[in-house]
Amino acid sequence: MDTIIPYVIAKYNYWAAIILLLIGLYGMIAKNNLMKKIIGMSIFQTSIILFYVSIGEKKGAAIPILIHGHGAETAQAAIDPAAFANPLPHVLMLTAIVVGVSTLGVALAILQKIQRFHNTIEEDEILEGMQE
Amino acid sequence: MSDQAPILILAIPLFSAFVISLVGGLHRTVAFGLLTGAMAGSLTMALVALGAVLQNDAPVHYQLGNWPPPIGIELVIDYLNGLVLVVVAGCALLTAVYSHHTAAREQGDRLHHYYTLFALLITGLLGMVATGDAFNLYVLLEISALSSYAMLATGRGHAYYATFKYLIMGTIGACFYLLGVGYLYIKTGTLNMADLFRLLNTPEMHASASIRVGFLLIIIGLWIKMAFFPLHGWLPNAYSRATTTTACLIAPLMTKVSVYIMIRLMFSVFSVDYVFRTIPWSRLVVWLASAAIIAGSISALAQRDLKRLLTAIIVAEIGYMVGGAWLANANGLTGAIYHILSDALMTLCLFMTVGAIILRTGSSSFSAVENLCRKMPVTAAVFLIGAAAIVGIPPTCGFFSKWYLIRGAVQAGAWHFIAALIFASLASAVVFFRLIEIAWSGTFDGHGHGTPPVARAEAPLAMLAPMVAVAALLVIVGLYTNEIVANLIRWAIPAGL
Repeated sequence: MDTIIPYVIAKYNYWAAIILLLIGLYGMIAKNNLMKKIIGMSIFQTSIILFYVSIGEKKGAAIPILIHGHGAETAQAAIDPAAFANPLPHVLMLTAIVVGVSTLGVALAILQKIQRFHNTIEEDEILEGMQE
Repeated sequence: MSDQAPILILAIPLFSAFVISLVGGLHRTVAFGLLTGAMAGSLTMALVALGAVLQNDAPVHYQLGNWPPPIGIELVIDYLNGLVLVVVAGCALLTAVYSHHTAAREQGDRLHHYYTLFALLITGLLGMVATGDAFNLYVLLEISALSSYAMLATGRGHAYYATFKYLIMGTIGACFYLLGVGYLYIKTGTLNMADLFRLLNTPEMHASASIRVGFLLIIIGLWIKMAFFPLHGWLPNAYSRATTTTACLIAPLMTKVSVYIMIRLMFSVFSVDYVFRTIPWSRLVVWLASAAIIAGSISALAQRDLKRLLTAIIVAEIGYMVGGAWLANANGLTGAIYHILSDALMTLCLFMTVGAIILRTGSSSFSAVENLCRKMPVTAAVFLIGAAAIVGIPPTCGFFSKWYLIRGAVQAGAWHFIAALIFASLASAVVFFRLIEIAWSGTFDGHGHGTPPVARAEAPLAMLAPMVAVAALLVIVGLYTNEIVANLIRWAIPAGL
């Protein structure tokens, strides 16, 4: 235990992502209610977004905006990469958020159609109805 | 013009999607004309790009916005994906022509919305094939997946639930891929495939556990997307509940593009050394592929519905390609790449004939093919050629892919894979000969007393023309196998195999 706890605390961001990922995966696979599956899907996608966001972060780093970006006096050598968070994973995740929102929208639209056709969103009742 | 071909392959269908959604509502001919024109344009550009690759004997690199890689995103077209681009664009064009009759009946006044999705799906698929950037691939994967969910859901009724299951599984697959790319990004700090290849293939990276987990996540994500056994549960329902046009478009292309991506990542991001020597999974994967072939074939034997029969065959065919790629020798990989081409054509051929049969008989059960030889002689002939290709009878291309796969399996000593391939051939022979017998004798239960005269009811020309074209291609590709392998596929095999 003595070694595990510092290990968990030191990498708590990854542990948070892993726990959320497993909750989401469990919801998508094990839940009977289709709405809960969609909620699981959202949690699953969000956990990956958090994972990416946290890998761009550095201890004591500032947001990556160059205040004195213009003018000749700002030589390239003056910029210390360690002082700034890595913006690339954050930008990638903007795209992933858009993808997640679109998937959520399509899933909700299909769920609405399922509800109208089967009169239920419980998976076992839908399967029962399909066998008849 | 020709140096802009790589981006035009994607830009033409993308912009046509916007134009169709704006003006396609005016008249169905406008929507149809725009879609067919866009697919023809895309196919032309794919051929131009492939021609440039052949002429220069080097990959074509296209830097988007003139940003040099690894900062910018690039499109890379080489022997492997040049071929796959032509296959995707060609199948899309044939399906677009075919849809003139079917999609209008299925979609009514929503035709232009449907065609918008059609064009977006093809944009996504072509983009996935052309891109040289691992994250860009994820975005395009989701573009094609989202359009395919919407298209599959237009099957209505039971299609909604089947599509929902596919959406959940597809999202898990895509997210696994994204997570795997994240692992590679942490270790290398790059997303460009060529740059990843350079940075990943060092002894230190080969020993890294993170890279191994990343590779595993990416491969499992792709296996879910391509419906590789035992992750194939979503496919039969989703594809067999779809409308004819959707099935013709999605069934041949989606799974094949996922197989291409697996091959691309195995050899262009990771390396032959890493995939076959550093990690000891190739034997296990070939066993899984054999299981996929056997499971798909047994399921095919049990079907009494044409569409479900074809979906079972797709599951078996995925096993061919994954097994071939993991045999770890040049013959197996040649078979896998050649089978991407031939399987796309034969799946398209059979789904098109089944669509024509459903149009004329209103049913997709085995009894729908009764008297097919007299009612729809052309459709029956096309069906016969497609069936011959699935079984693997020369000179159709299905024979040659099996030939390369079996040679690769002999070389690798994977006897179970050979047994599975032969079993699949026998099983599909049993199923298709039974169907042909029904089509010829005109009785499903075998108690026919004479044959009553049957009226001719052939499918309309818009459906027949692409069907005959695909059937002809099955034979032509088979006859020119040597040329295709010697000029294209041989150069796509990575060094060291």
